[in-house]
Amino acid sequence: MSQHAEKTIKGETGDWEIVVGMEVHAQVLSKAKLFSGTSTEFGAEPNSHVSFVDAAMPGMLPVINRFCVEQAVKTGLGLKAKINNRSVFDRKNYFFPDLPQGYQISQYKDPIVGEGEIILDMPNGATVVVGIERLHLEQDAGKMLHDQHPDQSFVDLNRAGTALMEIVSKPHMRSSEEAAAFLKKLRAIVRYLGTCDGNMDEGSMRADVNVSVCKPGGYEKFRETGSFKHLGTRCEIKNVNSMRFVQMAVEYEARRQVEIIEGGGTIKQETRRYDSKLNETRSMRSKEDAHDYRYFPDPDLLPLELEQSWVDSIKASLPELPDEKKARFIKDFGISAYDAGVLVGEKELADFYEELARGVDAKAAANWLNNEVLGRLNRDGLGITQSPVSASANNAIIRMMGDGTISGKLAKDLLDIVWSEGGDPVQIVEQRGMKQVTDTSAIEKAVEAVIAANPEKVEEIKAKPKLAGWFVGQVMKQTGGKANPAAVNAVLKTRLNLPDEG
Amino acid sequence: MPLPSKLTDFTLAEARDAVLGRKISSTELTKAFSKAVADAKPLNAFVTETPEKALEMAAASDTRIAKGEARPLEGLPLAIKDLFCTKGVKTTAGSNILNNFIPPYESTVTQNLWDAGAVMLGKTNMDEFAMGSSNETSYYKPVLSPWRAKNSNAALVPGGSSGGSASAVAANLCLGATGTDTGGSIRQPAAVTGTVGLKPTYGRCSRWGTVAFASSLDQAGPMTRTVRDAAILLRHMASVDPKDSTSVDTPVPDYEAGLENGVKGLRVGIPKEYRIDGAPPEIDTLWQKGTDWLKAQGAQIVEVSLPHTKYALPAYYIVAPAEASSNLARYDGVRFGHRTKEAVRDMIDLYEKSRAEGFGAEVRRRILIGTYVLSAGYYDAYYTRAQKIRTLILRDFEQAWEQCDVLLTPATPGPAFAIGEKSNDPISMYLNDVFTVTVNLAGLPGLAVPAGLTADGLPLGLQIIGKAFDEATVLRAGRSIETAANFTAKPQHWWAA
Repeated sequence: MSQHAEKTIKGETGDWEIVVGMEVHAQVLSKAKLFSGTSTEFGAEPNSHVSFVDAAMPGMLPVINRFCVEQAVKTGLGLKAKINNRSVFDRKNYFFPDLPQGYQISQYKDPIVGEGEIILDMPNGATVVVGIERLHLEQDAGKMLHDQHPDQSFVDLNRAGTALMEIVSKPHMRSSEEAAAFLKKLRAIVRYLGTCDGNMDEGSMRADVNVSVCKPGGYEKFRETGSFKHLGTRCEIKNVNSMRFVQMAVEYEARRQVEIIEGGGTIKQETRRYDSKLNETRSMRSKEDAHDYRYFPDPDLLPLELEQSWVDSIKASLPELPDEKKARFIKDFGISAYDAGVLVGEKELADFYEELARGVDAKAAANWLNNEVLGRLNRDGLGITQSPVSASANNAIIRMMGDGTISGKLAKDLLDIVWSEGGDPVQIVEQRGMKQVTDTSAIEKAVEAVIAANPEKVEEIKAKPKLAGWFVGQVMKQTGGKANPAAVNAVLKTRLNLPDEG
Repeated sequence: MPLPSKLTDFTLAEARDAVLGRKISSTELTKAFSKAVADAKPLNAFVTETPEKALEMAAASDTRIAKGEARPLEGLPLAIKDLFCTKGVKTTAGSNILNNFIPPYESTVTQNLWDAGAVMLGKTNMDEFAMGSSNETSYYKPVLSPWRAKNSNAALVPGGSSGGSASAVAANLCLGATGTDTGGSIRQPAAVTGTVGLKPTYGRCSRWGTVAFASSLDQAGPMTRTVRDAAILLRHMASVDPKDSTSVDTPVPDYEAGLENGVKGLRVGIPKEYRIDGAPPEIDTLWQKGTDWLKAQGAQIVEVSLPHTKYALPAYYIVAPAEASSNLARYDGVRFGHRTKEAVRDMIDLYEKSRAEGFGAEVRRRILIGTYVLSAGYYDAYYTRAQKIRTLILRDFEQAWEQCDVLLTPATPGPAFAIGEKSNDPISMYLNDVFTVTVNLAGLPGLAVPAGLTADGLPLGLQIIGKAFDEATVLRAGRSIETAANFTAKPQHWWAA
């Protein structure tokens, strides 16, 4: 059973709990639009990717893009969801200049994907299961340009007709952190699957976040009965385009609602907009005055019927997904669930780790990645795919550290060298004489020199064996950091007659 | 049979044989028809005449014929309903809102015809967006029927919505024409102008590039002077089209091949529900005659029942306007078509003014009806129920097919009426489709064949309804009616200067 990292809002009249559900629009990764075959390339000249179908010229008809259907099925399977082998495209009718047909082709009553789930790993170790209500395919609209002319608005139809997946969660999230974690996990899944690029700043993924508040116990009653009357009235925050904004918007909105209710007001079901500059949500007018979309099945398209064998073949070709990868990392590498969860959160990071950990101690590799590589990337504002030191170069460094060729300290220096100068770590160690000294005669020589120079310390150590550390430091200094610390310890122990540790 | 003395009196089959047999050239044939079109202005059958394009196409055809590269319809001049988009030629759908619309593409049906060698004479007038049964809703003024009642000069309607095509075929302004039929728009005008009109099975002809009225009902088909001509034209209009998901991938047969095989042994169903109160007795008499003709030729006559027939018209007037209200949303003055010249306050004002100016009263009425029946709270009561009726009507036909191979019915409840007679009474106008809409709701093929004249000398037609994709049998039965009826009447040539 899921344990929520519950977040309670302390109001003047008592505690309040947050309930969040989300509708995510994810642009299908496809070279062509959903019904027209036109290119979906981002950033092209306005209206350069518009066919007669996209412009809704008279007599034009939609023809479904098989690849987009495959992508939706793949995503559904990735969400462990029921694939509906028969689904129907409906028309959602409304007037807007960015909607050339005067209706959006969407799926209303019979979506292509039914119920599924997403598992969230929270930083406190809790696991939260968020139900997926449905996933359906629909067309995106074009874009209005209001800044091109003093008194005219222009419209760019490049995006009109691009395939979107609308993924609707159940109201199973209980805090702003869970809401952000949901979006992050969903993004990871679609990116693993290659069904959406997840580029939130390009608008490839947008979230409509539904927020309500209720008194403690209301949510549990809702889960028991399925009746929404146990939950508060929700407000929908439209088009939030980053995890951080999701988190901030939920926090703001929940507090706003609590204040209204405690002030004797009621929450009006409405659509709101999140202003990230002011960190607040504001009521927003909808696209049309009346909310009657007059849905009906699109007579230009036959019901979409999938053969089970086709669905099965897609299922068989699914890549390893974050949850499976996490389980494998825990099992094969023996790393903690939390570490594994962090690593698989981004496919590129997981791939980097696997390469970096090949044939070396997996825990050491995880620590190295977390402390050294990610630390430096963070410092330099780089993503994992932009790392100046490749996973295999890191692997070579870890190997040299593991077999005693270099010390941990030198390994970090070496990483800095490769980070800034590039080059092959193995060669650099050779060329710059960074190899650790394990030759006992050289170490003995250095030990003798330190003893000779510090007779008083030799006396002290007899009483206080812990001072051995000071001698090790001195010997390392003598050898320019290249002495193997274990060998130094061993020589010192013999030479000074130190007792065994512990 | 001797060929007619005037080229414009040729049937399509006769012209085809003469042109392919190099007895006449496409150019002389085309010139004759273009002149007939030009001389027939009083009929107002054409919105756009394309005599120059016609001559160019004819010349190209003559070149091909000379090279021995003739195609099946090489050099044959046709008229095209103004609902089919024709590349570079204005396409209005009978509406002011498309008054300036020149498509940069060609509809699949017309492309198929040009690929078969046909020649375009022009674009025929029609009810606005194919909504009407009299051609009076056209923005380009009503079409007149070439027919007049005995001892009367009163102008009569040619039926609708393919009234321009019907009038052009009846007046020998073309060898044949394309029409579209959503609730009877090919068969009703054919019946009242003494011509042949075939609505094929839904999915037989591509809808791509044809301005949509009601997508689940619209179907293109031929309008001709003989059943044979309809068989020839349909073969070259029909195709499966990857651009139309509702077109059906089934082979297009040579409909002409079995045309003369007769009806011996064919089971012909007579649906009792098509006997309606208030229809003129002449309709019943003609229907009986048709039954007798087929029986005399060896058909087996079976009384059948299509119990849900009476719900067809109401269901049709829910489904068709519902789809139309959505299909016509794209005419918003933003990208193409009419846009108001008035000053506008905002976007909504732009939509409202452009659409109010662009659409005529009947189109506005149907958009309102369609919007209403799809509205929240009304959807189930209207649209859902209408769809259920549709299923029941289809089931009626499927049950009938257990007893018969084709159905014989009247095509219309009466002959052509006078211009203006029904224009203020939409219900009475809608009743014109009473015998034809069932076929659209069920997606079946229906053929109107001229079968006789009223006492006033006006044409009446009979309808053959067939199984899905069984146009061949429908045409064969129609040919038997045609033979027996021996309909040779022609309208007086009153319109030419």
